[in-house]
Amino acid sequence: MSDIATYNFAYLDEQTKRMIRRAILKGIAIPGYQVPFASREMPMPYGWGTGGVQVTASIIGPDDVLKVIDQGADDTTNAVSIRAFFRKVADVETTTDTTKATIIQTRHRIPEQPLVDGQTLVYQVPIPEPLRFLEPRETETRKMHALEEYGLMHVKLYEDIARNGHIATTYAYPVKVEGRYVMDPSPTPKFDNPKMHMSAALQLFGAGREQRIYAIPPYTKVVSLDFEDHPFEVQTFDRPCALCGAEQVYLDEVILDDRGGRMFVCSDTDFCEKRREAGHVGELGMAMEDVR
Amino acid sequence: MNAHVSSRADDGPLLRVSSVSKSYGARTGCEDVSFELWPGEVLAVVGESGSGKTTLLNCISSRLLPTSGSVSYRMRDQTWRELYRMSEAERRFLMRTDWGFVHQNPADGLRMTVSAGANVGERLMAIGDRHYGNIRSTAIDWLGRVEIDADRIDDEPRAFSGGMRQRLQIARNLVTSPRLVFMDEPTGGLDVSVQARLLDLLRGLVADLGLAAIVVTHDLAVARLLSHRMMVMKDGRVIETGLTDRVLDDPREAYTQLLVSSILQV
Repeated sequence: MSDIATYNFAYLDEQTKRMIRRAILKGIAIPGYQVPFASREMPMPYGWGTGGVQVTASIIGPDDVLKVIDQGADDTTNAVSIRAFFRKVADVETTTDTTKATIIQTRHRIPEQPLVDGQTLVYQVPIPEPLRFLEPRETETRKMHALEEYGLMHVKLYEDIARNGHIATTYAYPVKVEGRYVMDPSPTPKFDNPKMHMSAALQLFGAGREQRIYAIPPYTKVVSLDFEDHPFEVQTFDRPCALCGAEQVYLDEVILDDRGGRMFVCSDTDFCEKRREAGHVGELGMAMEDVR
Repeated sequence: MNAHVSSRADDGPLLRVSSVSKSYGARTGCEDVSFELWPGEVLAVVGESGSGKTTLLNCISSRLLPTSGSVSYRMRDQTWRELYRMSEAERRFLMRTDWGFVHQNPADGLRMTVSAGANVGERLMAIGDRHYGNIRSTAIDWLGRVEIDADRIDDEPRAFSGGMRQRLQIARNLVTSPRLVFMDEPTGGLDVSVQARLLDLLRGLVADLGLAAIVVTHDLAVARLLSHRMMVMKDGRVIETGLTDRVLDDPREAYTQLLVSSILQV
């Protein structure tokens, strides 16, 4: 730890943490409900995960092991710097291994490795209100949530089908939590929506700029909205991961050259690395021993 | 006129307004207005700008809490409910199922950024319809009934003319087969030939569906064409009420006479 500035454990002062914990507890008690909280200025710009960082700072303890992923990857700027931040201000152990982590802060993905009891997934949320783009008035959207008037959400899906022939929403796909609140799962791909359903892990969502916290307790029903004749379905990929050969996982496209060369690789880097360690090789990959 | 002929003897009025007043501080919006509206009846509320027509309409359509007085509505299960004793959830449900509200400016009543089909389908989805094919075919049917070509179903209302927007707004309101529709200057801002077509369409729909309607207008021609009965308002009070033809052909109050004689003759 730096000896120039002395931070309180996990950066936030204790009063702020209590305030945020109260919001989290309320969110857990009312699954999917957006609880307002007094979001603080964090030493990072809005949009970089200020909500997620505040939630993580409020729940982390000295014994926790923290993993941070950004678009599935452990090694992107955002993930690396948030891990470094908590190493510095909370002196906690960090990891890239999904199974070792007790708290996983994420932007846009849920790990491929199924989460287990005792793990907490913290989402960074840019726009918590699923109805926002159809109804700009906050007073009105709050009323719609209160009175369970969710017809408008289907108007959005109707528009998708009318314009594209199928539900073209691929991320931030609205879900209904425990049969009551309609919730925006943050910009995760809809590929990950089924993972939220009856998950063993506690899922917390923090939106710093919009000052909202919401939660899905473990083993909660999370259903993606759809039409009877256009049921919800996830993306499928027509080829396996080019590095580890995994199927039924979410893939990122990587451009290889300026002549149209490309490959599709696991967006979850930890998952991909573990598979390669175990000897799986995709069409463009090399066996791990050869890499070394 | 034969407004009451179709209603059976055991049917009562649909809406009962008693002594509704609304004041904005010291100013009066409307004062001590009472009337009953029967199923299938079209009532026109006329008067000059600032006479309290729109205030009255908002008070009886649950959009504005009156200062005093009560509004009761006979629900589909025949029970009478007082509007402002209902929960907000019930009022809003009533508003999007059994009632309709046609705004003067279609942009107030439409979602301008979603397609015409979604505009018509919104009420259906709001009451739980979750079958895309059914919603779409109902929307096409309703667009046809308001004379909008089916191939415009995926266009946004922004691409529509004023008259088309107004017809779309009407379709959007009527899709759940409401029993009562409120209209605030439905033909305001449209040119006369479009007005004539819209009025013709409205008259047909109201007659076919047996709708009760309250139409606020400053245009006596609209009142003449659409309504069975009319109320004349001045300074927030109803000064004359009666069958439309009687009021227009034989106005009793001096102000009504002035209003009727102010119509431009071409």
